[in-house]
Amino acid sequence: MSNVTSDPVFTRAGRHLAQNPMIPLVVFLLVLVAALEIMRPGIVTPFRAGRDGIISTFWLGNLIKFAIPLAMLAACQVLTMLTAGIDLSVGIIATVAAFVCATLAGSLGTTPAVLIALLCGVTTGLVNGFGVGIVRVHPLIMTLGTGLIATGCLQVYQRLVINAGTEIPTFLSWLGTGRTLGMPNGLFVFIPFAAFILWLMRHTGFGRLLFALGSNENAARLSGVRGWQVYLALYALSGLIAAVAGLLYLGMIRQPSLSLANPLLLPSAAAAVIGGTSIFGGRGSYAGAIVGALILRVLDTMLTLLQMPEGARTALFGLIILAVTALYVRITGSR
Amino acid sequence: MTLIRNNAWVISLALLLAVLLAITKAIQPGFGAPGLESLARAALPFAFATAGMAIVVIVGGIDLSVASMMAVCAVTAAVLMERMAGIPALLIVLVVGAAMGAINGALIVLTKVPDIVVTLAMLFVWEGVALLILSTPGGATADWLEAAIRGFFLFSWLPKALLIIAIVTALIWAPLRGTKLGLSIYAVGSDERAAFRSGVSVGRTRVIAYALCGLFCAFGGLSLAALTGIGEPVPGPYLLAAVAAVVLGGVVLGGGKGGLLGPVIAVFILRIIRTILTLMAVDPNVTTIVEGVIMVGVVMLGTALTMKGAQR
Amino acid sequence: MSDTPLLDATGVAKSFGAVKALTDAKLSLSEGQVVALMGANGAGKSTFVKILTGALKPTAGRVLIRGQEARVGSPAEARRSGLVPVYQEPSLIPDLSVADNLKLGDTPVAPFRAWLDELGIENLRLTDMIADLPLATLRILDLARALAAEPDVLLLDEMTAALPTNLVENVLKTVRARADAGMGVIYVSHRFTEISTLCDSATILRDGRTVGELPIEPGVEDRAVELMLGAKIDLGKRKAGAARLNTGTPRLSVQSVAAAPKLTDVSFDLYPGEVLGVVALEGQGQDELFDVLAGFAAPTAGTLAVDDRPVGFNHPADAIAEGITYVPGNRADALLSQRSVRENIALPFAARIANWGPLKRRYEKERVDYAIEKLQIDTRAQGEVQRLSGGNQQKVTIGRWIAKGVETLLLFDPTRGIDVRTKRQIYPLVRELAGQGAAILMYTSELEEIPLACDRCIVIFNGRVVDMIDAADADEQTLMRAAYGLTEAA
Repeated sequence: MSNVTSDPVFTRAGRHLAQNPMIPLVVFLLVLVAALEIMRPGIVTPFRAGRDGIISTFWLGNLIKFAIPLAMLAACQVLTMLTAGIDLSVGIIATVAAFVCATLAGSLGTTPAVLIALLCGVTTGLVNGFGVGIVRVHPLIMTLGTGLIATGCLQVYQRLVINAGTEIPTFLSWLGTGRTLGMPNGLFVFIPFAAFILWLMRHTGFGRLLFALGSNENAARLSGVRGWQVYLALYALSGLIAAVAGLLYLGMIRQPSLSLANPLLLPSAAAAVIGGTSIFGGRGSYAGAIVGALILRVLDTMLTLLQMPEGARTALFGLIILAVTALYVRITGSR
Repeated sequence: MTLIRNNAWVISLALLLAVLLAITKAIQPGFGAPGLESLARAALPFAFATAGMAIVVIVGGIDLSVASMMAVCAVTAAVLMERMAGIPALLIVLVVGAAMGAINGALIVLTKVPDIVVTLAMLFVWEGVALLILSTPGGATADWLEAAIRGFFLFSWLPKALLIIAIVTALIWAPLRGTKLGLSIYAVGSDERAAFRSGVSVGRTRVIAYALCGLFCAFGGLSLAALTGIGEPVPGPYLLAAVAAVVLGGVVLGGGKGGLLGPVIAVFILRIIRTILTLMAVDPNVTTIVEGVIMVGVVMLGTALTMKGAQR
Repeated sequence: MSDTPLLDATGVAKSFGAVKALTDAKLSLSEGQVVALMGANGAGKSTFVKILTGALKPTAGRVLIRGQEARVGSPAEARRSGLVPVYQEPSLIPDLSVADNLKLGDTPVAPFRAWLDELGIENLRLTDMIADLPLATLRILDLARALAAEPDVLLLDEMTAALPTNLVENVLKTVRARADAGMGVIYVSHRFTEISTLCDSATILRDGRTVGELPIEPGVEDRAVELMLGAKIDLGKRKAGAARLNTGTPRLSVQSVAAAPKLTDVSFDLYPGEVLGVVALEGQGQDELFDVLAGFAAPTAGTLAVDDRPVGFNHPADAIAEGITYVPGNRADALLSQRSVRENIALPFAARIANWGPLKRRYEKERVDYAIEKLQIDTRAQGEVQRLSGGNQQKVTIGRWIAKGVETLLLFDPTRGIDVRTKRQIYPLVRELAGQGAAILMYTSELEEIPLACDRCIVIFNGRVVDMIDAADADEQTLMRAAYGLTEAA
């Protein structure tokens, strides 16, 4: 008979950290910020460089501003990873949404352009959901495939509208670049958004099903859960979030291109994984992913200061995902 | 009985390829040896990526980093060949490819993190490494490398590129397949626990399979460098194409079944569809979409069939 | 025979994290000896077997083979040191031919064929794919492969479980002959008849330690059972009541249902307020029957009706909508192991799209607390279900449906691998639910449970219902004979 005795301290501490990653994450973030301050004195705390202020609102505002689209895309990864999936099409969905909106805003007006952009995201998400939930293709392959098709569609679309010119809706510019009390206006979208995601994960039946499908799909099925419905809704939601993030990013960068948000894809997955979301499903925290996005932004600033080449940055992100996942596997002893 | 059953799929793929070739000929009566030659040449990197992917799928895994490893090998080849003799450079590239694959495999075995996650992370690591070696397309390949894949050999209808695919695949895979190592690769993919109990060293087999995949990716990278004459650090669209060709080629996702011949034929099928679309004067961007849809469709169909088989 | 034993394992211990599967296991085996390794479910038998064969590394203790410390790190090394196992599940590669499997394990073909002949398997071609062969043949192939390796020590783990009688006889005869020629055999089994014909002594495990080594002699069964169980167990008694009279419409009516591969033709009616037992040996079609009733698989023939309405299920959700809920045999299939007790029990509440919105906390808490109290679930470790004991985990899987309200409950071997105390709680609970009007279908692999929990039982043999017995008349002997399909002959 198996006797349940007290766990070894190491395992218990590890499990505890895996379930409550916020404290070490925030500590890690602060350590990184301190390191940044040491590398470039005054960047965080202007008074040390002889300027006014204890914490630079400019620096903080910038950090948050660029972390917002990343944190939104990370929400897509957290939600899909809860069900042991992943969404590799979010980068291209964001790009498509931004490009479509910018090219249509001039001729159709802001609202229809935004709606059509969001519709593109939801449609791609539905295709993903169909492949993952009904045909049961591995999410990674499926979302990679739709990403590829979407890229092709975007190229064709670009040829069609090549002479149309682009226009960034002023509302999006205001959200993307404006500031209120020193903080970016993007927070007006992001704070309600984050609250919604946290609520969705913890306090709704849908959120509970995401955890259930990721922990044991068979048990969920046995309990009467029709997995395909959840997957379809999940990936459609992920597509919608990605499209919103793309619009916000458009307002921020104000230069639509065919690869606008694509570089955000890997960091979005990394942010989710760093934030304590298990890529194997059943465990995840959106608060953690937000801190993860902030960590990646600080890290990014540091790498820029160190004049790290692009390649090293990409490789480093890959290694972070691998190391953090391996660490979780190690300390929790489970997948 | 089973031999016929297993080969039936490969035979029907070959027939399908023949039909597609006939259709090509019908659309464009001028399509002949030169068309075949350029088709084979364009198929080179795809064929090698697919062969490598097929081996790791047979062992029960998947390697998402094939395109990135090919990029590393291509830039390594371009950088080295600018500076040193071609043959040693070529050998170094092959060793680099196998080493990258072995690292992938070792990380999967040692960290116990699933293959799909490890190779996803390594996709970015190798892409970064390629960018570190060459931040922009550059370098130069030896002239003979390009000559090696261009034109015909012995017969006026036998493209060198086709011959290279056949020889490389046969040299690596054919001697292996009947050996204990080859059987071990199938065994691990088919039933890992039974393989372990039969005395197979599961971890070692897996590392070797990934190393073989890396080796094929090295050939893929070399052919990329040969095709362009330079090294291109950004990975091409080989991952999805390789997965689609592997599935279409009769290798079951999940492992234990299939071979390399089917997937390589499948590569040609997928490539010739592109040729047909081009001949029909379809916009190349639309061709990309159609190709993507076909590949996703093939993977979907393959998955659906596997699921049905598993349920039975 | 020499004085050093062939195999001598002492002080073997193994922990999985916090769980101690083995604390102090030992086993000694001399040349020519056949030792039975016995133990109740969860005694640590399978862990011990895995350690002896090198599939697991022990946390303490040592295994000597011919007095030499065995460096058993893997099955391959165990084989080199002369120990060859035959596992419960076939260890042949399904996608390879017989010949390829032999090559993979370095098995010489000629002796392999010779052993096959001796064991009574003919007409086997070496080119046959393993996946195409029946299970019984695979077991024999495994044994022949092991014998061809000419081991010093042969370990047979539940070797005869899936074999027809004639093959069992061949196996016992062949193994005994090898033992008489000097081979040592460890025979893991719970079948006393086989053990008494084959073995010289029995080593008994309980709670992860070796509690006795008995010579096989008349009357050893009682002593062995006593050792395995520790204290004499009492599963409780049930007051004999009058036999139920089933009238009215059946809750669930099953007509000539068949399902591939094993279920051929099963019909029965299940009435509200009764517990209908299902008696069957392993693999007689009961798994398929429960899958069909729970909506996991569609029947290939036959019809189902709930309250006289014909129904068809494409998904467990359809069955649940008809009030049919399922507790599967394997708890791992039913639990969200990393989630809390509460979330596990409340899972069905969120299943339907209409309930995807905000959780109804108060309602949920009420129902979950009710189930926890009803089942006396130990919630001290409620954060993660995987940290509960097996018995408590099983209670959670049942509690899920009690919280929702039970109409028709399908229980598949609900007491498999759980402690006696929990078992004793489960039978009265099942009775109570039936008393409240629930209809319960219960398959159990432990025949003594039938009279304790059921009103009547059906016996399935070879995919068909062969008998229907009143629980009052259901002593183990009757049930066992029926389960072996012997009733009509008698």
